[in-house]
Amino acid sequence: MTRWTRDEMARRVARDIPEGAYVNLGIGLPTLVANHFSKDREVILHSENGILGVGPSPAAGTEDPDLINASKEPVTLVEGAAFFHHADSFGMMRGGHLDVCVLGAFQVSISGDLANWHTGQPDAIPAVGGAMDLASGAKQVFVMMEHLTRSGESKIVERCTYPLTCAACVNRIYTDLAVMNVTANGLEVIDMCNRMSLDELKHVSGTTRIFGRAG
Amino acid sequence: MIGGFGTAGMPAELIEALIAQGASDLTIISNNAGNAETGLAALLKAKRIRKIVCSFPRQSDSWVFDGLYRAAEIALELVPQGTLAERIRAAGAGIGAFFTPTGYGTQLAEGKETRIINGRPHVLEYALQGDVALIKAHRADRWGNLVYRKAARNFGPIMATAARCTIAQVSAIVELGALDPEIIVTPGIFVHRVVIAGRAPTP
Repeated sequence: MTRWTRDEMARRVARDIPEGAYVNLGIGLPTLVANHFSKDREVILHSENGILGVGPSPAAGTEDPDLINASKEPVTLVEGAAFFHHADSFGMMRGGHLDVCVLGAFQVSISGDLANWHTGQPDAIPAVGGAMDLASGAKQVFVMMEHLTRSGESKIVERCTYPLTCAACVNRIYTDLAVMNVTANGLEVIDMCNRMSLDELKHVSGTTRIFGRAG
Repeated sequence: MIGGFGTAGMPAELIEALIAQGASDLTIISNNAGNAETGLAALLKAKRIRKIVCSFPRQSDSWVFDGLYRAAEIALELVPQGTLAERIRAAGAGIGAFFTPTGYGTQLAEGKETRIINGRPHVLEYALQGDVALIKAHRADRWGNLVYRKAARNFGPIMATAARCTIAQVSAIVELGALDPEIIVTPGIFVHRVVIAGRAPTP
């Protein structure tokens, strides 16, 4: 089975984010998207800890402990950047001002339910951060994840078995096998990895509710 | 209440002073649950905390909290980060509670009152007030007006409004009038004590 690499996935997500969008990139895989915006497109990155206009990583030796992103990694600013406090930062999410958020996930259901904060294992320490605020507040919620777990189980499921982050919130799913829109009828495939057939995709996803683009 | 997002904006010296002061059986409201062995982690390690209200306790260097939690030696109230910020803001603004869609239908809303508003389900969340807020700002004046530094601002301005006594550690206290009124972030009415502490960062 051929798969897209993590950078290929990130490039695909970046391509779909429109000029002028305010975007929040979640921890993990979604952070790669920042490396793939084309130079002629102005996209403004939001960081939940109070920054709009996040720039690339700083050169070694110029890191500032007061200038970090949501993953607590050092960042820089672009011209035009702004700082603000936490209630304003989350007001941007919760008030529906962010155009797109890109989140990682443990599981996404075919109806767009998202599980990405807690495995529910008895020894796991739960941590939610801003995941629920982003998922319920952003105008568009994109999920970016590997299609299968390390043990080969589909992360696209009929019903999430992990605790939910937000019900029916995901608009589009980017995996290493396909790009799919969440619709009332199931998942609409808009792009698929080379040599993958729709039947194969249904098979590895363990659901029949995946269909090709009409026309 | 203890300000900071990770270690950015965490008032490390005020926490050290709190450890020395000896208060115990504390309820702490903070975004994270301590990093490595200093600051909030040191307060945890000293077993002064009964309960922590936070959004993101689990981090790569949160082993002090992890150990206490697994040994059931600390209570955790996990709150979505935006709900945490808004509950603090509400307390500071005299709002008793509010409805938000965040968390609806999840474990974190179990047992909470809900209501459909404009066709969308919401969860009732109560204001979160502190007896004391320990925050870190950049500069202060004699009236307690504060400016912050970069993303170390985070929870400082809202926690300052939500506690009966707000103590800010700053790298410098400047003359009254030296802070441009156009750029003051926290007006002095919300601040009760200012303390010079910590190494002065580059401006």
